[in-house]
Amino acid sequence: MSRRRLRDGLLATLFFGAALIAFAFLALPIIAIFTQVSPGRLVSLLGKPIVTDALVVSFKTTVAAQVLILLFGTPAAYLIASRRFTGRTFLVTLVELPLVLPPAVAGLGLLATFGRFGLLGSTLDSLGLSVSFTQTAVVLAIVFVSSPLYVRTAIAAFQAIDPDLVAASRTLGAGSTRTFFRVVLPLAFNGLAAGEALAFARGLGEFGATIMFAGSLQGVTQTLPLAIYEAFAINFDVALAMGALLVAISAVLLFTLRLILSWQPSRRTSPSLFAPLS
Amino acid sequence: MATLSADFSLALRSFELRLALEVERTVALAGPSGAGKTSILRVIAGLARPGSGRVALDEDVWVDVSRGVFRMPDERRVGLVFQEYALFPHLSVQANVAYGGKERAQELLERFHISHLAKARPGELSGGERQRVALARALARDPGVLLLDEPLAALDAHTKATVRAELQELLSAFDLPTLIVTHDYEDAVALADTVGVLVEGTLRQMGTPEELVSRPMDPFVASFTGANLLRGRADGHEHGLTEVQLESGERIYSTDRASGDVGVVVYPWDVSVGRLHVDDSALNLIQGEIASVVRVGNRVRVRIGPLTAEVTEASADRLELDRGGTAFASFKATGTRLIEFSGLSLGA
Repeated sequence: MSRRRLRDGLLATLFFGAALIAFAFLALPIIAIFTQVSPGRLVSLLGKPIVTDALVVSFKTTVAAQVLILLFGTPAAYLIASRRFTGRTFLVTLVELPLVLPPAVAGLGLLATFGRFGLLGSTLDSLGLSVSFTQTAVVLAIVFVSSPLYVRTAIAAFQAIDPDLVAASRTLGAGSTRTFFRVVLPLAFNGLAAGEALAFARGLGEFGATIMFAGSLQGVTQTLPLAIYEAFAINFDVALAMGALLVAISAVLLFTLRLILSWQPSRRTSPSLFAPLS
Repeated sequence: MATLSADFSLALRSFELRLALEVERTVALAGPSGAGKTSILRVIAGLARPGSGRVALDEDVWVDVSRGVFRMPDERRVGLVFQEYALFPHLSVQANVAYGGKERAQELLERFHISHLAKARPGELSGGERQRVALARALARDPGVLLLDEPLAALDAHTKATVRAELQELLSAFDLPTLIVTHDYEDAVALADTVGVLVEGTLRQMGTPEELVSRPMDPFVASFTGANLLRGRADGHEHGLTEVQLESGERIYSTDRASGDVGVVVYPWDVSVGRLHVDDSALNLIQGEIASVVRVGNRVRVRIGPLTAEVTEASADRLELDRGGTAFASFKATGTRLIEFSGLSLGA
């Protein structure tokens, strides 16, 4: 008996130790960003032009990218969720591929498509449009990298809707448009919001694809992560200030996401209405 | 009143559903689960496309496969009440009912006694209340036909009886052709004046509840309507009586005429139970061990050998019927029906 107790005690200690190390490893770099420089100085450093410029670029491009993701991603997700067709699995895999792709490869792909010598380059050129190394390129890079997070969450949210509710709406005289806006969209809302929060956070941190496809031109294509990279070589404290800013924004986003996911209003008839979101 | 006529076929996973039906008042289709009951309602409501056939409300054609007519569910005057009610969880009771039609919503809320729940969400309602909301919502659309999918299956036994009575009252108040599907024969009989028994996509028999009980056309219908079914062999007809040698060994007599392999149909309420052997040649007698004694309301169902008998609570107490004891089940020759087995299986 005592040997068994000893063994159990030892295992518990090991578990607690491992957990402690894991938490410390994740928390220390984040804490360090805030402790290297005094809070007052951090705030004053945020007034530097490189920071304000990057903030404006990041804000504009992220918002534009999210609008595009919602406008194009929502119908795409709904069609994949509600239709059965050949090649559906292939399509889902295609949608998820950018998630696992190295960002550098994503940047290469975008260049090879929209670049001057790319697939659509000459077409765009003849229209007088040049995409690469413009703010449009930043938006496209963010959309490419972060939309899969929204689309796959949205597919799950649409699939979780009881098909009887959609059928009920139709038998009650509502056409497919009214059914979509009055039944499908409200019921999928939590899932869509969660997916959008994830895509927003991912887009804000986009680095690899952006630097390859859009470059890092202050005030034009230089987003916060790119500005951090540039400042890091020149003024470490400025880099830290921007890092702190991104940590704060990301924390707020993540917290909002948790709130959305835990907000289970009393508007469900069955507990399985929303599938667990990964 | 309008008439719904449905005559169509639909390929299901393991059999083909074939149905020809006219609904003028209230018709209930009863059958075991998997018989294709819900599919019938889905075809009529426009949620499934039949492989062939026609569905129409009077002159208004909803489906005609040969002429390429298919109207979407929102273009048919149909009120469908789903088995799990399918109330919109994000809308209040008021908004759920008004979804079908704003004009009649208020009146229906009052009529169904759910005005006090107008602001509640479906998640806060009891089973009976949900059903009333679902029914009110379907009627708010001013349908020409009412379809009910297992209207009582989602309820627990306790509330079922009350809701069944409520539903009976409501259905008779609304003068609409109504089609109900249920797996429970008793519910079918309680709610409809015409009952059909559906097995594997085919209507085995259709008629009034009395007709189904008194003249079941095949063994499945007999057992589904609650009858005892004993297998045996008919040996000839003498003095107006057919002698049947049962598989369990006993010999019994029936006033029905039949020969060969037969099913003997006896209803539980036609079986008497005794503890003593009564020497009465006018009665069929089966001796057996009491396998179970179950109270159902104010009656008691006693299983004796191959037979189920239904007796009053008082006589069950008087006879001291307990499991394991021996008892005699008796029934008159006139209380039996003989069905010839012409290769018919017992179904599910």
